[in-house]
Amino acid sequence: MSELTSGPAKHRIADGAGFGWGRLLRRWETLLLAVLALVIVVGTIGLRDFLDPYNLADATFNFSEKALIALAMALLIIVREIDISVSAIIAVASVAMGYANTQGVPPLGLALIGLGVGALCGAFNGVLVTRLGIPSIVVTIGTMSLYRGIALVVLGDQAYTNYPPALSDWGQGYWAGIPREFVVLLVFVALFALLLHGTTFGRRLYAIGSNPVAARFSGIRVDRIRLALFILVGTMSGLAAVLLTARIGSTRPNIALGWELEAITMVILGGVSIAGGAGTIAGVLLAVFTLGMVTYALGLANVPGIIMTIVIGALLLVTITVPALLLRWRGGAPRR
Amino acid sequence: MTRWTAWLRQREVQLAFILALLIAVIALRAPVFLSARSIDNLLTDSAILVMMVLAQMLVILTRGIDLSVAANLALCGMVSALIGKNFPGLPLAFVLIATMACGLALGALNGALIGLLRLPPIVVTLGSMSVFRGAIFVLSGGAWVSSHQMTASFIGFPLERLFGLTHLVWFAVAAALLGWHLTRNTRFGRELYAIGNDPVSARYVGVPMARRLFSVYALSGLVAGLCGYLWVARYAVAFTEIANGFELSVIAACVIGGISIAGGVGSVLGAVLGALFLGVIANALPVVQVSPFWQSAITGTVIVVAVVLNAREGKRAGKQILLRHESRVESATPTTPGATTAREVRA
Repeated sequence: MSELTSGPAKHRIADGAGFGWGRLLRRWETLLLAVLALVIVVGTIGLRDFLDPYNLADATFNFSEKALIALAMALLIIVREIDISVSAIIAVASVAMGYANTQGVPPLGLALIGLGVGALCGAFNGVLVTRLGIPSIVVTIGTMSLYRGIALVVLGDQAYTNYPPALSDWGQGYWAGIPREFVVLLVFVALFALLLHGTTFGRRLYAIGSNPVAARFSGIRVDRIRLALFILVGTMSGLAAVLLTARIGSTRPNIALGWELEAITMVILGGVSIAGGAGTIAGVLLAVFTLGMVTYALGLANVPGIIMTIVIGALLLVTITVPALLLRWRGGAPRR
Repeated sequence: MTRWTAWLRQREVQLAFILALLIAVIALRAPVFLSARSIDNLLTDSAILVMMVLAQMLVILTRGIDLSVAANLALCGMVSALIGKNFPGLPLAFVLIATMACGLALGALNGALIGLLRLPPIVVTLGSMSVFRGAIFVLSGGAWVSSHQMTASFIGFPLERLFGLTHLVWFAVAAALLGWHLTRNTRFGRELYAIGNDPVSARYVGVPMARRLFSVYALSGLVAGLCGYLWVARYAVAFTEIANGFELSVIAACVIGGISIAGGVGSVLGAVLGALFLGVIANALPVVQVSPFWQSAITGTVIVVAVVLNAREGKRAGKQILLRHESRVESATPTTPGATTAREVRA
């Protein structure tokens, strides 16, 4: 029914519409901003100490590392790929850092090892996806098990600890009262926004996501870009591993378990279409803040962590369901 | 190509050979693995995975995925455990119906969002997975239901025997036969393949997409619900984290069994073999005295190898423009019409 009639419209190329308040208000980012504002207003009224600057600064620790992965994951989802193995990459990278630490590698070396292992794992995913043409969800379900398994084989029921203070500073330290991790996140937000919205590389990602075949015919080296993005996601997971290891100061095989789903939730909630070709860094950042503030408010209200998973899941379901329901009411074709 | 080589090229046959080889290698190191008792254990341990994989296969056939199955299983398991704890007098049939109804309702929720609103399955089931998992905590208050709070008949049922095999195994056998009938002999099953092969064409020929997608997720939920009771009764404990991450084992077994995530390809035999493959690995490690810490790494390697082997046949559209073009040219030369259309559909 609706899908058939919407077919031809998909191929019509209209002029870009000019600025309009109505269009601005209907944007996904506006909706997210409204939700975020609501959370902050309710939190400020309902909870003591919600706006306490120290509390707020410390709340950023909860999402900074995941958000770094979500930024790269957003680019990957825009080109219709996905990486389920990110949390397992964190485990492998952290184990490599822990092992290197026992061999007396200096802190800078540890960080480089974390990043390098992440990049290697990402490259392995990317090669399997691009060279062999296997769907990325299948590849990364396999490598998730593999990478996590390597961490388990190396560590068993042991743990690496005793990281040098120079490393811990990156996970626990502050610059002028702002956590270093959060500053790192903001720097990368700026870099990713520039990459996606300000370069031809970014434009090409949308082209691939909208139609990979057409993108290939228009001269975009689709597979090379896909491979680069998998390496990017791996490297960002490596960075998250460095920061997380520095913050908690120990490596266990179950480190960052389940983070892949949280990072993907951030991306989807940020308005990136799972079908590819749509999404912005601003949306992802707003989703990160919204989830972060909801978690923070629930934490202040003494709600157990498991209840937060209900709220986060429900938030994801509601934000995708409501627009679809509205479109259906108006008789339009449900998109996404 | 003779009939024999065609037979040997089937994915299920190759998988069966590899599985037999794996069992042979294990048996060489530890002959006890082939004892009746050990095989009985293997089948009983794999039964729940087999059922879940069969249901997941139907979902994946339609180009979908159901990530919420493990959370659904755990929630229904908790529901049945609470029923068993608070109403010990109720007959077991009531518990079974309640747990299946619970699973069906949760699956129908996914089905409504995916089938009627056409929302992407991976996003919907990712969300419902979190909601279901959290709901267990709300329902139980974070407390465990342990074996002394359940009646003997509640715990005993899955491991009771009928003609020498446990009820769990009979459930799996029934699920496999039902799945085989559904995929091979019914219009419902054929339409699932049609949806996965080409959703637009399926709609053109009049497949009721919304109803089929709704039913397939509801069915997946129903099976997860049944497995919820079986899991809780088998391990005689229910808590918030049971079967955490099990959804990925289920999907991994589907991948090993040759069920294509791109939809439209897969068979009941492949699904059962894929599940048994993971079951053999899990059960063999202690027997051949390999540390259980190796299980995840071995499983991961097996999945990667399986998909690499499968990749030789089914390459994706998109990057394969030139190959696709060639196959068109080829199809202009006289070959059998059936082979050509099959190739076009694959491309």
